Amino acid sequence: MAFFEGLKMTGGYGTGPDIINSCSVDVNRGEIVSILGPNGAGKSTAMKALLGLINLKSGAVVIDGKDITKLSPQDRVRQGISFVPQTKNVFAGMTVEENLEMGAYLRDDNYQDVIEEIYELFPILREKRNQLVGELSGGQRQQVALGRALMIKPSVLMLDEPTAGVSPIVMDELFDHIIKVKRTNVAILMVEQNAKQALNISDRGYVLVTGENKYAGTGKELLNDPRVRSSFLGG
Amino acid sequence: MDFLNAIILLLNYIFVPALTYGSQLALGAIFVTLIYGILRFANFATGDMMAFGTMVTILITWYFQSIGISLGVLPTALLAIPFAIIFMIGYMLFIDKFVFRYYRVNKSPPVQLAMVSIGVMFVTQAVVRIIIGPADQRFFDGERFIIKAREFKEMTGLNEGLAIKSSQVLTIFITLILVSILFWFLNKTKTGKSMRAYSDNEDLALLSGIDPKRVVMITWIIAGILATIGGALYGLDKSFKPFTYFNNMLPIFAAAIVGGIGNPFGAFLGGYVIAFSEIFITYAYKKFFMYILPESMEPETLVQLLSTDYKFAVSFSILVIVLLYRPNGIFKGKVL
Repeated sequence: MAFFEGLKMTGGYGTGPDIINSCSVDVNRGEIVSILGPNGAGKSTAMKALLGLINLKSGAVVIDGKDITKLSPQDRVRQGISFVPQTKNVFAGMTVEENLEMGAYLRDDNYQDVIEEIYELFPILREKRNQLVGELSGGQRQQVALGRALMIKPSVLMLDEPTAGVSPIVMDELFDHIIKVKRTNVAILMVEQNAKQALNISDRGYVLVTGENKYAGTGKELLNDPRVRSSFLGG
Repeated sequence: MDFLNAIILLLNYIFVPALTYGSQLALGAIFVTLIYGILRFANFATGDMMAFGTMVTILITWYFQSIGISLGVLPTALLAIPFAIIFMIGYMLFIDKFVFRYYRVNKSPPVQLAMVSIGVMFVTQAVVRIIIGPADQRFFDGERFIIKAREFKEMTGLNEGLAIKSSQVLTIFITLILVSILFWFLNKTKTGKSMRAYSDNEDLALLSGIDPKRVVMITWIIAGILATIGGALYGLDKSFKPFTYFNNMLPIFAAAIVGGIGNPFGAFLGGYVIAFSEIFITYAYKKFFMYILPESMEPETLVQLLSTDYKFAVSFSILVIVLLYRPNGIFKGKVL
């Protein structure tokens, strides 16, 4: 049994139609798993379901053997599940250090050493610690967003299109950072548009189509699967 | 000597009153800006909530006076304010629980919440008028002046006197202390930072585990403190008339918007911008020019740009100009 699992999740927004149908994903600590698929396949929705932002009609979410299907998003944060949204993922009007402090809001202990660890991981943030995040570049902001999410020392980190809207160079840099995070024994689950690059750094991947699992396998397998290649990776 | 007289004249009629009035506006503007930034609606009940807080202060002051408690040279109202604040916080939390909460939980659009606040405004207004009446109330006691104009003239030998009322000094002094504590709270404490985070990016604040109920409650508590102190200081310095408080909402909103709505520091400075503009433009400069110009050039008119009856036109014009040319205010708030 995997560390963090979504089992046969079915649900949608409000009383609308189901966006995901019996969709299952799982991820272990120290592993990067990507969720891929065409537009409207329900990738982000699957992630929101794991986070508790939408209510499931059926299925379950389990972390470390514990059923958390009924927990609110805030309570899931307490269970060590951290999330970086695609947009608006920083507090733009606050300094880098304040962003990190807010990430540690649920921690009552002294989190100064965690901030130090984040600065080790993202040295540029130490340099800019007293600057407003709204004044940083796109790549630096994403680092702040990652840093904020890492402040609770999560066991699961979920990323919604971390490289959306950044330049190719910054994208490579970000993927390097994500690999660094993975080495700290965090389970990473991400939704990505840049399928090729994402699969390159992923241990495993899922391809969703119309809210259902279509293909699954290791990064390499998916990259080499002709059906996946022709439909999502552009040949 | 004439030059000195001119300076004293400006200090006495412009600088000191504007600083006082500005402080009173600043407290109201911070109230507006906090509610806008955190609860995301324009609170039209601001003026009347301040009137309510002042009314409670007055009632407690009267009670203290009737049983013979006083602060000597200081106004008894200072002793009443803490009790009034406690009452006001209760009132704010009561209104929030039974009125605003419903719309917040349903995620109503800000316009709807603003309309709801107009309803709260009418009810609050009515309650104030039923309890204390629409008339003017003075509740200042203790020593009225710190420096009297006559004493100042005798002391310095100048023609112009500088009168400083104790209510003016109290207003400026209390405002500075209150605002310093507030900024320290917002910028240095974990709870304060979590409020700024909630105002900055609500969804991310929730994802970081910040409890929205707590943030809302603390916002109303701060609002209760600001409304009571701001209102009571205005009433001590001028007089308490419910309608004036309602009217003051225009300069208060102008101050909040000039400073950049959602930005407490901007609102604080905005209060002074509005107060100084109002008084600069409506002051009659005739005497000032008599001091600094040679006799042959003395003005014959009052040299007043705008009659004091039109002082609200000044705030209104500033409001319109800011909204047209710099909608996020001088200090970068949210765009309206």
